[in-house]
Amino acid sequence: MSLSREKDYGTPLRGDGPIVTLTVDGVRVSVPAGTSVMAAASTMGTQIPKLCATDMLEAFGSCRLCLVEIEGRRGTPASCTTPVEEGMVVRTQTQRLADLRRGVMELYISDHPLDCLTCSANGDCELQDMAGAVGLREVRYGHDGERHRTVAKDESNPYFTFDSSKCIVCSRCVRACEDVQGTFALTIDGRGLGSLVATGGPDFLGSECVSCGACVQACPTATLNEKSVIEMGAPTRAVNTTCAYCGVGCSFRAEMQGDKVVRMVPSKDGKANEGHSCVKGRFAWGYATHKDRITKPMIRAKITDPWREVSWDEAFAHAASEFRRIQKTYGRDAVGGITSSRCTNEETFLVQKVVRAGFGNNNVDTCARVCHSPTGYGLKTAFGTSAGTQDFKSVAKADVIMVIGANPTDAHPVFASRMKRRLRQGAKLIVIDPRRIDLVRTAHIEADHHLALKPGTNVAIINALAHVVVTEGLVNEAYVRERCDLADFESWARFVAQESNAPEGVEAFTGVPAADVRAAARLYATGGDGAIYYGLGVTEHSQGSTMVMGMANLAMATGNIGRDGVGVNPLRGQNNVQGSCDMGSFPHEFSGYRHVSDDATRDMFENLWGVTLSAEPGLRIPNMLDEAVDGRFKGLYIQGEDIAQSDPDTKHVTLGLRNMECVIVQDLFLNETAKYAHVFFPGASFLEKDGTFTNAERRINRVRKTMAPLAGLADWEVTLGFASALGCDFSYDHPSQIMDEIAALTPTFAGVSYAKLDELGSVQWPCNAQAPEGTPIMHMDRFVRGKGKFMITEFVPTDERTTQRFPLILTTGRILSQYNVGVQTARTRNNVWHDEDVLEIHPFDAEQRGVRDGDLVAISSRSGEVALHARISERMQPGVVYTTFHHATSGANVITTDYSDWATNCPEYKVTAVQVQRTNRWSDWQAEDRASADLMRRVEGRADAAE
Amino acid sequence: MKADKLVYMANQIAAFFRAQPAAEAQTAVAEHVRSFWSPAMRRDMYEHLRAGGEGLDPVARAGLETLMEREAPAGRTSGASG
Repeated sequence: MSLSREKDYGTPLRGDGPIVTLTVDGVRVSVPAGTSVMAAASTMGTQIPKLCATDMLEAFGSCRLCLVEIEGRRGTPASCTTPVEEGMVVRTQTQRLADLRRGVMELYISDHPLDCLTCSANGDCELQDMAGAVGLREVRYGHDGERHRTVAKDESNPYFTFDSSKCIVCSRCVRACEDVQGTFALTIDGRGLGSLVATGGPDFLGSECVSCGACVQACPTATLNEKSVIEMGAPTRAVNTTCAYCGVGCSFRAEMQGDKVVRMVPSKDGKANEGHSCVKGRFAWGYATHKDRITKPMIRAKITDPWREVSWDEAFAHAASEFRRIQKTYGRDAVGGITSSRCTNEETFLVQKVVRAGFGNNNVDTCARVCHSPTGYGLKTAFGTSAGTQDFKSVAKADVIMVIGANPTDAHPVFASRMKRRLRQGAKLIVIDPRRIDLVRTAHIEADHHLALKPGTNVAIINALAHVVVTEGLVNEAYVRERCDLADFESWARFVAQESNAPEGVEAFTGVPAADVRAAARLYATGGDGAIYYGLGVTEHSQGSTMVMGMANLAMATGNIGRDGVGVNPLRGQNNVQGSCDMGSFPHEFSGYRHVSDDATRDMFENLWGVTLSAEPGLRIPNMLDEAVDGRFKGLYIQGEDIAQSDPDTKHVTLGLRNMECVIVQDLFLNETAKYAHVFFPGASFLEKDGTFTNAERRINRVRKTMAPLAGLADWEVTLGFASALGCDFSYDHPSQIMDEIAALTPTFAGVSYAKLDELGSVQWPCNAQAPEGTPIMHMDRFVRGKGKFMITEFVPTDERTTQRFPLILTTGRILSQYNVGVQTARTRNNVWHDEDVLEIHPFDAEQRGVRDGDLVAISSRSGEVALHARISERMQPGVVYTTFHHATSGANVITTDYSDWATNCPEYKVTAVQVQRTNRWSDWQAEDRASADLMRRVEGRADAAE
Repeated sequence: MKADKLVYMANQIAAFFRAQPAAEAQTAVAEHVRSFWSPAMRRDMYEHLRAGGEGLDPVARAGLETLMEREAPAGRTSGASG
């Protein structure tokens, strides 16, 4: 259990409905209709004893501890299942109630071990608390009840244990798995005293459990308990902060003993997650203190030299002198920087400031280049701003949910749980994805339509959907007339109405039956409020930006923008992708998405920063690497990114890095890119600094320091030190001052301050004079750009085609337990679930190649070759193979190509023509990489520096 | 940057805007390149154009030529920024 430290109202609070006034123990209390008597009492400070109730779950009414007396009613109803009524008079404490509760507790305790003093939940156990609350002094039935001590403790999960002997069968874990997580991995097996919680598998690890922690959180005893608590004991303090994994941006309480994390517990008042979590944020934080952490700055002259540990001052001075030397020799534009979506807004803002004000150019980019840069371009073009339109809770109002190129149950699991809840309530689901993702068919959910298109044909499908809407008279004409540019709409409507865009016209190359496309289009257009959620399966294509505009077109044509339950929403990959983009990380724009050539904006920055800024766009990451290969780009400052692993066409990336004369890597670990670095600035984890992250719903959440930086400096302080050595006059004592500067320079952040974030918990930008408490839903009355803009989105097939030599299409994705390039999660016990990347291949393709499950196979493309073990799977369609990129040794990006989105250069990770064949050896690249890894990571005087 | 890469990028941009009327498409190509390509990339492209512009599709070429003319004075001096 973990929620006892946060207020627990016993049943969910109801936010809407008419106000009802009742009397509880002689005190009048007013709450919304639908609230339970238990929650009403709790709002006035009266905690009615309870065991099976918790406000994360709907009332269950099984423990009979929360009985109350209500005037005019017979008996003693359960307060958790009794809704309030006007004029109701309730008594929560009478002799009769006290006797009943003691009797109930006697029964519970007669069946529970009395080892409280040595129990891992001692002091944090609701059963213990309730025994005290009801005044239990004796157990008339003795203590020899059925305690299930013969059932072995299940310790299979790496993070928590399950001990049946402590279980009171309150069903909170089962209900949490169903209602909160939506996995339905648990059930109650048996009857009466023989009842036990069961997983449906041999043990927790072998079951369908996704280790989200909801059951552990819900458990009122030590039955489900974190191993870290068992090992360390109860936490003694807590710090509210924000998860550093995906773009959902869950709020957590870091529960600590001194400067050590005991556990991370999701916050119920976190608006992004409302008390839920996933296996990464809840449990996979051990990387922060992993032995591989580098805690001393290091430099070296050549990448083949061993690293030499130096002081911070020496590292800053060396890095600055190298960058200045390079600029003097090769020109001002020969250096640049990459900001990190894993770092805070303040740190990101500071890096782009160093580049613009310190380097004197706009050669700054961020990892959004390789994930959601098309979102920025596409949504800004259509709507006027580069962000999703809704808050997460909007999905609870959607009638039709369209998931395109995203796999939320793996990549954004906490949001997926919200989505699944709505789907179980009856919302319709359309999945557009080449792969049969879990959402297509999972517990109590089945997609109404799965359009399993061929990779690379997104735009053809979105145009075909629009074709049906336009030609079948399904356009919301009133909306389009009022909200959109009519001339643009008309030319777009003429375009999509062409027969070449009809479902029948594209069926041959999309692989999707026309009838399915027509049915899906009709459902989206007529099924009520339609919401689009999408991921990298949309953006990471040569037509990524076109597809984003295509989705915007479809949403506008059907009137699905500008209110609750609708919208076009990117599911962002990393925790602060939205923020890093907001903060001016792109080479063509300042914070708030304003082009560098805009004189008024530039004046504002120049006046505050006291320097002259370039009005010319700088280089994007792939441009930097191209220029490096060509010999013009020589120095790169990389904060918290690992481009040697995450960016496409690894050989090209590493060639560019090798050609540079000074690469600075700032990171927690000696990552793949650090093998090519000359300066290493040790970074700080999210636990070691203050700042803010902005999640995929534009929510700005506070990150709070729980422990001192292991290397002595937080990342913002490192950048400050580097800037100072470069001669920049930046002066900040705390990240809050950086946020003040962001607010002063960025209209959409004008109302943001740490004081406001502390007061409200979080805000969604725009937050300014017009919206002082932020903006949950955008484009309500008008689009940011004024009228919504329809763009003509002609399907242009990618140049990456299958051939006789490379007859299969490789597409890539993520898995629940691992995160991005694995720098963090691969250093945790999450490897239990996924310790290597494998190649998923359809049985038909496998059989043709004589490949059996588990065989080592060579995957070759025109870029390179790697070897992975094969997993035969029907989740892929024939002709398409799939892998993840979580482990550096896999080298998945050795085979991806340099093709990219036409507008943003976002790489086309999702389409690579490959051949697959059995092999008995690792590829040459993998062999060389392994041979050189230790050599390039040596540290003078240390034998164990290599990862 | 190498001409073949720039030509490929320019042609991709043109392929998107080609669905628009010719004049608008050319302007859109020019605006896109002006907004997102660094001065050095533009200079390299102008050099390629002056050398004949091999490989450029007509929409891309027309847009880039318009931009080159517009930037002529700056194009000759923008090396100062680099």
